[in-house]
Amino acid sequence: MKKALLSGFAALTLLGAAPAAMAEEEYLTSEEATEKYHKYPEHFSFPQSGIMGTFDRAQLQRGFQVYREVCSACHSLERVAFRTLTQIGYSEEEVKALAAEYEVQDGPDDDGEMYYRPAKPSDYIPSPYENEQQSRASNGGAYPPDLSLITKARPHGPDYVASLVGLGYTDEAPEDVQVSDGQYYNPYFHTVLLAMAQPLYEEQVEYADGTPATIEQMAQDVTTFLTWAAEPSMEARKRTGIGVMIFLAILIVVSYVSYKKVWEDVKK
Amino acid sequence: MAHNYQSKYQNPVINWIDTRLPIFWLVDTAVGAGHPTPKNLNYWWNFGSLAGLCLVIQLISGFVLAMHYTPHADMAFASVEHIMRDVNYGWRIRYIHANGASFFFVVVFIHIFRGLYYGSYKAPRELLWMLGVTILLLMMATAFMGYVLPWGQMSFWGATVITNLFSAVPFVGDSIVTLLWGGFSVDNPTLARFFSLHYLLPFVITGTVILHVWALNMPGSNNPSGIDVKGPQDTIPFHPYYTIKDVFGIAVFLAVFCAFVFFMPNALGHPDNYIPADPLATPSHIVPEWYFLPFYAILRAVPDKLLGVVAMFASIGVLFVLPWLDTSPVRSATFRPLYKKFFWIFIVVCFGLGWCGQADTDMPLIPFGEDEQAIAENIAARLPADSRAELLANVPGDLKVLETYATRAGMSEAAFERLVEKEKVTFDVLHLNRLLTAYYFFHFLVLIPLLGWFEKTRPLPESLSSPVLSPSAMPAE
Ligand code: HEC
Ligand code: HEM
Repeated sequence: MKKALLSGFAALTLLGAAPAAMAEEEYLTSEEATEKYHKYPEHFSFPQSGIMGTFDRAQLQRGFQVYREVCSACHSLERVAFRTLTQIGYSEEEVKALAAEYEVQDGPDDDGEMYYRPAKPSDYIPSPYENEQQSRASNGGAYPPDLSLITKARPHGPDYVASLVGLGYTDEAPEDVQVSDGQYYNPYFHTVLLAMAQPLYEEQVEYADGTPATIEQMAQDVTTFLTWAAEPSMEARKRTGIGVMIFLAILIVVSYVSYKKVWEDVKK
Repeated sequence: MAHNYQSKYQNPVINWIDTRLPIFWLVDTAVGAGHPTPKNLNYWWNFGSLAGLCLVIQLISGFVLAMHYTPHADMAFASVEHIMRDVNYGWRIRYIHANGASFFFVVVFIHIFRGLYYGSYKAPRELLWMLGVTILLLMMATAFMGYVLPWGQMSFWGATVITNLFSAVPFVGDSIVTLLWGGFSVDNPTLARFFSLHYLLPFVITGTVILHVWALNMPGSNNPSGIDVKGPQDTIPFHPYYTIKDVFGIAVFLAVFCAFVFFMPNALGHPDNYIPADPLATPSHIVPEWYFLPFYAILRAVPDKLLGVVAMFASIGVLFVLPWLDTSPVRSATFRPLYKKFFWIFIVVCFGLGWCGQADTDMPLIPFGEDEQAIAENIAARLPADSRAELLANVPGDLKVLETYATRAGMSEAAFERLVEKEKVTFDVLHLNRLLTAYYFFHFLVLIPLLGWFEKTRPLPESLSSPVLSPSAMPAE
């Protein structure tokens, strides 16, 4: 590196080359940085992974809390309706109260005016911004994607999200990676530089159940919640699947035995 | 059918109907007790009925989806999510339909390879075979348009890439593309017409399947030995013998299918399709669905766009003329020792093409060192005239020596390393892709015609019933 710097410097003074040439020597290009530093997500063993895995309701609620208190400042969750939160263990009353903490636009009323009212369970979780343009304007041009499907929209989604927000911000950016204003180094992101500042810090939320709020804990909790949000039917799917497989196993045995019986007289 | 057909069924109601409309007779002769079938069919013959099952699964799940789906660019993605989240049993229907398409192709590909191995495309089954290839083409069109419907990123960009191919057609290319798009880019009109066609084509497929089964019933099924049925002693009635065997096959198939639907429903899909379509954000890799990969690879193997499209269509077109390319009088590979070997090589080549279709074309596979000439020329351009001439007159084969020139030219170590990296000579994915594509056509256009002349086939058995257990199939006792 030093040598590269020196020769870059020599080139600059001797030939009067453009300063850009020096920057080029010093920093890796985006592709090189990706090749050198990009990491594949760590593997986590979530209670919901695997054929029989089901969600831990307490973890889902902790994850929802992290989403609400942290991520929702920038990210929408527009495909999730309050009413579905009963699935993560809240009672109807609790959901009603939860929804009422939000304001949603409704209308027009009899005078033709739009108005705001407290949200009802049938409403969808309101987004932090009116539209994509506004969210870009508030995030230095970057768009914080809607998180409703994020764990399905990335390869190894749950592992990826948990790695990205739980492990990705611990390292300083290496010195040969150029981090411009509004960019943050995160080796789990596909270009190792993204526009999301570190969202989680130790003890950022206070869990009602007393679970210590470490970065990794919050990351896994919010990932679990987002996995549920991306596919609320996951548990039902697996449950049905087990029944279907048992039925088919019986069908395989019965049909095989019948097949052999019917064919008895054909092949001697 | 005789005009004075008199039904032979005992039941008076059935007899009355059947005499006027011989539909019971039809079913009976097609897949019933009245359909004599070779008695030595193996499990590879299960895949025909499985393909039929897949079609039915797609038709039923598809028309339920269509009740809840909205073919509009602003609402399509949300309506699919509505199916997944709010519609009763919606996620099941949608996962069945999406995975059903993949399994349909698995089954049909196996069905086709079965035909290739046992020579089922040869006389008198040419038309049967050609109808099958037609079904494959229609399925590809249907699946391609179906994949556009959820209007995710891969839907949108896949549609853009594939429809753009047609612009390579001389003279009318651009008009074709405009017609497909219903405008000047992939947009709402494209989605609407694709939905309409996606609904229509399965019924065209169903019609073609009926012709396919009809054409099958004239000569009857081929069989693993490839020799003709000589008489009733060689056959058994389709029902109950093959119906029960098909039930067993269906049960096994459904078990594998349901394992995907219920335990890994997104394994065969692309995560990007859970991102709503965005015409302004091109995904870093646009890959088609897995069942298109071998054909996509053949397309990419050819540098010229038009010729690439021609090659891609030719890769299926060649199947149409296969019955006339194959000069061997023997059907089954069991008795064709050479063809059998080439068949397995061909399978490997097809898998290889599929792999190439999803890989980065410039991914290096085998390194061959560096191109010193190119490196020298690059350095020389920065040297003063005299040392430039010196370097180019006698290009050193040694990187160390080249580096001294580079230093003289004012290049840093890092810049030199980058240059060497750039000029690495490798056998990359594109090369492999071209090689395999060439082999694909070589197999059909050269090997298959030649084998008929040169291959020494093994003696055929007398009939199906005497040595159903031909020497190779007989376990050593
Ligand atoms: C201060 C605003 C802000 C907060 C708070 C925030 N994010 Fe982000 N997030 C962003 C922005 C901006 C992007 C877009 C980054 C880019 O594309 O460069 C982003 C992108 C993402 C991505 C997508 C990365 C990809 O692969 O495209 C995920 C996943 C994500 N955030 C998760 C979270 C989670 C989980 C939380 C809460 C713990 C959170 N974010 C909190 C601003 C934020
Ligand atoms: C040959 C049979 C068929 C094949 C191979 C096929 C294939 C496909 C595929 C690959 C998709 C995309 C799935 C996804 O990723 O979400 C799809 C979607 C769809 N298909 Fe079909 N299909 C067939 C028949 C039908 C029929 C007969 C109908 C209607 C009657 C239908 C209606 C739909 C609808 C509404 C969608 C959009 C919903 C969705 O994407 O899940 N399909 N089809």
